[in-house]
Amino acid sequence: MENVTNSRRDFLKKSAMTGGGLVLGFNWFNVEAAPVIVADSAIAAGNIGFNSYLSIAADGIITIMSPNPELGQNIMTSFPMVVAEELEADWTKVKVLQANLDNKFQRQLTGGSGAVPHSWKLLRTAGATAKAMLIQAAAQKWGFPAAECSAAIGFVTHPSGKKSGYGDLAEAASKVPVPTDVKLKDRKDFKIIGTRVRNVENKKIVTGKPLFGMDVYREGMLFAMVQRPESFGMKLKSVDAAAAKAMPGIVDVVTFKNNVAVVGKSTWQVMKARKLLKVEYEKDGAIESTDDHNKLFLSLMDTGTATVRRKDGDVDAAFKNAAKVVKGEYQCPFLSHSPMEPMNFFADVRADGIELIGPTQTPAGARSQVSKLLNVPEDKITLQLTRLGGGFGRRLQNDYALEAAEVSSLMKAPIKLVWSKEDDMTGGVYRPAVRYRFEAALDASGNLTGYKLRGVGINSGNSTRENNFPSGAVDNLLIDSVEHKSPITTGAWRAPITNFLAYAEQSFLDEVAQAAGKDPVAFRLELLEKAKAKPVGDIRYDINRMIGVIKLAAEKSGWGKNKNVSQGFSVYFSHASYVAQVAEVEMQSGMPVVKKIFAIADCGQVVNLGGARQQVMGGVVDGFGHAMYSKLSFKDGAAEQKNYNTYRLIRMKEIPEVETHFVDNGIDPTGLGEPALPPTGGAVANAIFKATGKRLRSQPFIDQDVFKAIS
Amino acid sequence: MPTYKLQINGKMLQADVEADTPLLWVLRDHLGLVGTKYGCGIAQCGACTVHVNGGATRSCVYPVSAVGSSPVLTIEGLSEKGDHPLQLAWDEVDVAQCGYCQAGQIMTAAALLKKTPKPSDEDIANTMHGNICRCGAYHRIREAVKLASTKA
Ligand code: FES
Ligand code: FES
Repeated sequence: MENVTNSRRDFLKKSAMTGGGLVLGFNWFNVEAAPVIVADSAIAAGNIGFNSYLSIAADGIITIMSPNPELGQNIMTSFPMVVAEELEADWTKVKVLQANLDNKFQRQLTGGSGAVPHSWKLLRTAGATAKAMLIQAAAQKWGFPAAECSAAIGFVTHPSGKKSGYGDLAEAASKVPVPTDVKLKDRKDFKIIGTRVRNVENKKIVTGKPLFGMDVYREGMLFAMVQRPESFGMKLKSVDAAAAKAMPGIVDVVTFKNNVAVVGKSTWQVMKARKLLKVEYEKDGAIESTDDHNKLFLSLMDTGTATVRRKDGDVDAAFKNAAKVVKGEYQCPFLSHSPMEPMNFFADVRADGIELIGPTQTPAGARSQVSKLLNVPEDKITLQLTRLGGGFGRRLQNDYALEAAEVSSLMKAPIKLVWSKEDDMTGGVYRPAVRYRFEAALDASGNLTGYKLRGVGINSGNSTRENNFPSGAVDNLLIDSVEHKSPITTGAWRAPITNFLAYAEQSFLDEVAQAAGKDPVAFRLELLEKAKAKPVGDIRYDINRMIGVIKLAAEKSGWGKNKNVSQGFSVYFSHASYVAQVAEVEMQSGMPVVKKIFAIADCGQVVNLGGARQQVMGGVVDGFGHAMYSKLSFKDGAAEQKNYNTYRLIRMKEIPEVETHFVDNGIDPTGLGEPALPPTGGAVANAIFKATGKRLRSQPFIDQDVFKAIS
Repeated sequence: MPTYKLQINGKMLQADVEADTPLLWVLRDHLGLVGTKYGCGIAQCGACTVHVNGGATRSCVYPVSAVGSSPVLTIEGLSEKGDHPLQLAWDEVDVAQCGYCQAGQIMTAAALLKKTPKPSDEDIANTMHGNICRCGAYHRIREAVKLASTKA
């Protein structure tokens, strides 16, 4: 197994397709269209309507082109696994190519946990089609009916003892008509899907091979760093670059929009010269601090203009007639994405076209934005994808790629534009800060008769997910949201909105269960049974799948049985998958310590068990770490935390044990890059409540009283 | 600009750079050794970890002028064929997610194993605590260091 970055023109060469063989082209975004045999010349020309390829060369090497950006979600491994399964391939003969940006890849992005769900049927069909053609070729060669032949581990065999390798059959298979009605395997016959297959890029990663955008170096390339306004709400007034320009290795200092770019011959020279820039800024909008936001949250909660997101029944009546009303508020700070690899991009803007290389979750977006910015047609722009040193949503934005293109165009030179870690943290596109108010009405027997949620967020859009549970299970419900527009920029952060909403909501449901005198698990199950029996309004989640993960989580964690630990429960549906978690807390010298988190996921069919475990464990660590330790606060429009010394991320000694389980229900894959993160904060907060009697009403938890002595 | 002769991965390499240039940028920008990563630049994350004189060193804050005749080892030189016990363990345990922090994690662990071939769980946690993995691969990092120590 090996893999290389690839331009489509190089496909034949790199897939060893020189001596003829079978090449199937299929359309990555058209799930219904059958694969088609593609002639070598058509691929070389690079202008046909296929965007994914599967080739089998005479030497038996199978090459699969993976179009999605790889940022650690392991798509470069799981994508070919699906094809290889149906193809009955010998996994050791499978090569993966990372495709470059192609006009035809309409979902060539990483975000929304959608890669595997989207391509599931398509990839299987491609593999099954190739298998059927290889069998047909063998049957013709031997003079037996195809139905008597079968395929396994890269060979077609016949009960008579005949046996041929895929490589030997590939040429003949390319002459066979493409079947349009191939049968997909029964999942009980899966040999590769659902097993643990190692990451195909492991070897390169552990030996330090150039894989990332930061590793792109080109003869004659210049390095650029950009000084941006340090405060949101400020704009550029004047620049004195004389001292910076006089520094060794500095080629020029150029200004565009509110940015001052220092361009030089090495990263360090640029970093040093940049400190000598004398830049003045002036006010251009509101200059806000976290203190202002805290006051705004309280006032907007009562007086803000709310957009109604969902309304069922008559909430006013429900609250008027309630035997008991429960209220709870929860707040979350801004967060930085801070992937380990800072933002960077390579751009070479020349008269004959533009070459872009770098890490982005949305390559097509990067190209179209650069096209607009520099007024160069898209077909004159190439984009080569590198591996992403983390994304978490930050690289859905292409601001840094645009900066690279703009500086290259101003300098008329190939540019690698690099952000420092401080640039990453102070440069915006944060998870928005949000405050929630929940209210619940209970009748005399502790039934939830009314439910209200208001989200107030800063540049958060709709800070609720109005159709998620418990919507559908409550007769009278009102969900609305208020947004404060701020110059502080925000964007999608792994599991957008749900990454903090879930914590707030799952904590509140715990409060309600407690007020109703019910066990938190039983309380949720009761609500779900009610939604099943008597659904209210639109229900967008699968009630049975949610019940399934709740029950399995209770079982695996021995819910309520272990009296030596304090357990907290949480369950959440996001990105089409269901995850329930139980956190276990012990008190140590008067402090709560999170010892273990059980995570039970229903993401449909698991493709790569290794990758799936990574996503769940990583999601739990991410969810726990940020809820526990991380915050980005503002003073006069500027981020107060600028690097890892003040912006705290979880480290090794702080991780709890994590135990993962997957529901095996045979449903098609429904995504796993994000869904394990949202439930964690709630499970932990509820366990800490159990242990200490204190509700954790805001993040990061480490700032709360129960942790005061150890922070 | 002064010329520095550096002993890196068993070879003598040469770079014309200013004295305060961090070893990290000499490796990356001038010597083509890009396995050593820039993460934070302030000795907080460990992504830039190399060995100087056998000890784990954060190359982002280590000026080239301080290297002198000390041998430097980077991820590219850890083993000839990529088969150092840690590299094999990293593959076996499937540690990496995005992979960006992993060269620094491995170099940090390699320095530990050199000094303490059979580290306790506590030794491992204490040493690896200094390296950030934003993807949260900590469980597998711990497991892989342990595994390598049993095989070495
Ligand atoms: S880059 Fe050197 S410690 Fe982070
Ligand atoms: S694997 Fe991504 S930062 Fe460690």
